[in-house]
Amino acid sequence: MCGIAGLIHRGKSSNVGHELQGMLQALKHRGEDSTGYALYGETDGKNFIMRFKVGENVGEGSTSVAEDVSVYDERKKIVDSYLSEIGAKIIKEERILPYSLRYELQYDKKDLLEFSQKIESIPGVEILSMGKSLEVIKDLGNAKMVCDRYNLDKLVGTHAIGHARMATESGVDIKSAHPFWGYPFSDVSVVHNGQLTNYWNNRRALENKGMRFMSECDSELIAVYLAEKMRDGASLEEGMKESLTGLDGVFTYFVATKDSLGMAKDTMAAKPLVLYESDDLVAMGSEEIAIRSILPQEIDTYDPFDGEVKVWQI
Amino acid sequence: MANLKNVTKKTKAQAMGMHTEVLTGRTQQKFFNPDEAENFYYFGTYDVDFNKRTDLDVKNMSAAEANKEIDQLMSQGFGTIVIKNPQGKHSLGVGILNKLNLIFEGSLGYFGMGSCDGPIVRINGRVGWSCAENLMAGKVVIEKNAGSCFGAAIRGGDLICKGSVGARTGIDMKGGTIIIGGDAGAFTGFMMQRGRIIILGDVGINLGDSMYDGTIFVGGEIGSYGSDAVDAELTKSDQDWLKRKLKVAEIGENFDVSKMKKIVAGKKLWNYDNLEPTEKKGAI
Repeated sequence: MCGIAGLIHRGKSSNVGHELQGMLQALKHRGEDSTGYALYGETDGKNFIMRFKVGENVGEGSTSVAEDVSVYDERKKIVDSYLSEIGAKIIKEERILPYSLRYELQYDKKDLLEFSQKIESIPGVEILSMGKSLEVIKDLGNAKMVCDRYNLDKLVGTHAIGHARMATESGVDIKSAHPFWGYPFSDVSVVHNGQLTNYWNNRRALENKGMRFMSECDSELIAVYLAEKMRDGASLEEGMKESLTGLDGVFTYFVATKDSLGMAKDTMAAKPLVLYESDDLVAMGSEEIAIRSILPQEIDTYDPFDGEVKVWQI
Repeated sequence: MANLKNVTKKTKAQAMGMHTEVLTGRTQQKFFNPDEAENFYYFGTYDVDFNKRTDLDVKNMSAAEANKEIDQLMSQGFGTIVIKNPQGKHSLGVGILNKLNLIFEGSLGYFGMGSCDGPIVRINGRVGWSCAENLMAGKVVIEKNAGSCFGAAIRGGDLICKGSVGARTGIDMKGGTIIIGGDAGAFTGFMMQRGRIIILGDVGINLGDSMYDGTIFVGGEIGSYGSDAVDAELTKSDQDWLKRKLKVAEIGENFDVSKMKKIVAGKKLWNYDNLEPTEKKGAI
């Protein structure tokens, strides 16, 4: 089933980590195999923030194979050496969990393709996000568990999207969890509720064009599909509109960039979405109770129609 | 099977007092003999007094607790219940099988007022997916917008949304009337079998797709017609009915119904008749 939620504050910052946690926790009945956050925090915009994993969570319910922590250590060492090789300087590093790390990097090149390919050439290493304000945090468990584990409650920012996952198309693991980074574009993330039925056809075509897939989760296709459109010069909104015919199946998805948040709904409107929009806040989720977790007062909400694409700026 | 329209002698159903008129097909009305009234009460329903009114704050209740409390209040004879702070909870007000004035001061989540038979409901907010699914009788009025599958499979009653509704409104409906003050999404009237849908605004693609029977009236633009849906002539009788219905629904009273489009099923299905299930059962 899965649940998605997102919000964007226009003209101000807020405690988006706490707000999104509340929204996703309200949707936990839609799936709590894993939960993911894409948070756009307040930064000075100088350095990149790289969230990456060197292994999987092998806790209860996981479909991953257990590895020794020493394997993670070894992978981390290789990441550090590769970063040095490609000219990225580590300004700050945090090892939040044995398999999950956050680096602040000084890296002057704009093209992240070469950078990402180099780091992800290390077996077992995946960049969860790369950007100057985006941080993707995803792990097994419900929203509160992940929030507590990664201490997201205090994160201040302008916008965020998140996902509560019931695993149906692929394994219970972090690599299949949402949000997906719009590799190799800085600060692009995607969450999706639905099923894509032309996944393999699209995947083959995109891989032939040099695009990268890390999981077998159909939702990853949306991030890669949009990334490819943007690589070819389309705007985010143009790419989203093309996706309504390029992607087959039932879907509602959110995509976020450094300064915007968008939603798209398939032409059959088969997946739910409730939307609240005011001058200073847009909040949306698979169910109204997600929005109510941050706006308990009576508000006007609506369901976007079939084939609708909307994009909001901060 | 006998042609039910041509049966001239009184059927068993008529003998029981269920009908006083000759069956002519499309009708939403059923006639009961008051002497038989006791046979038409559901188990677990209550005699309520509409003048006996109370408030119920469900802010800290689960949907199941709230519904049990509504049932408890009805058993005490309360005929008017005002629900405070529904806050988008799912499945509120389901399974009410007797007359009741129910007012929600706020919005409902999914499956609100599902499987009801008889209550008069006003929701001063919006509703999520599948509001009033399987409604048998009564009236449900939503003051704001509604989600998809609005009035799915309703058998009777009036379901009114003063705002806009999502996709698949009236899917599989088998009777009753759905009235929309704003726009409606794709696949409105999908596989509808009986009943009527009125949309004052625009409607999305595939209107009336695979409809068996029933009628859809549209005041605005139509995205596209679904398979089997065709235009029909809007008669004087249709216009009179529309005016009457919109007035009762407190919606679009001054709407120019003469410009509405009427959409019906273009295909006659084999071995399909348009009798209400109760009529058919009784006649057989």
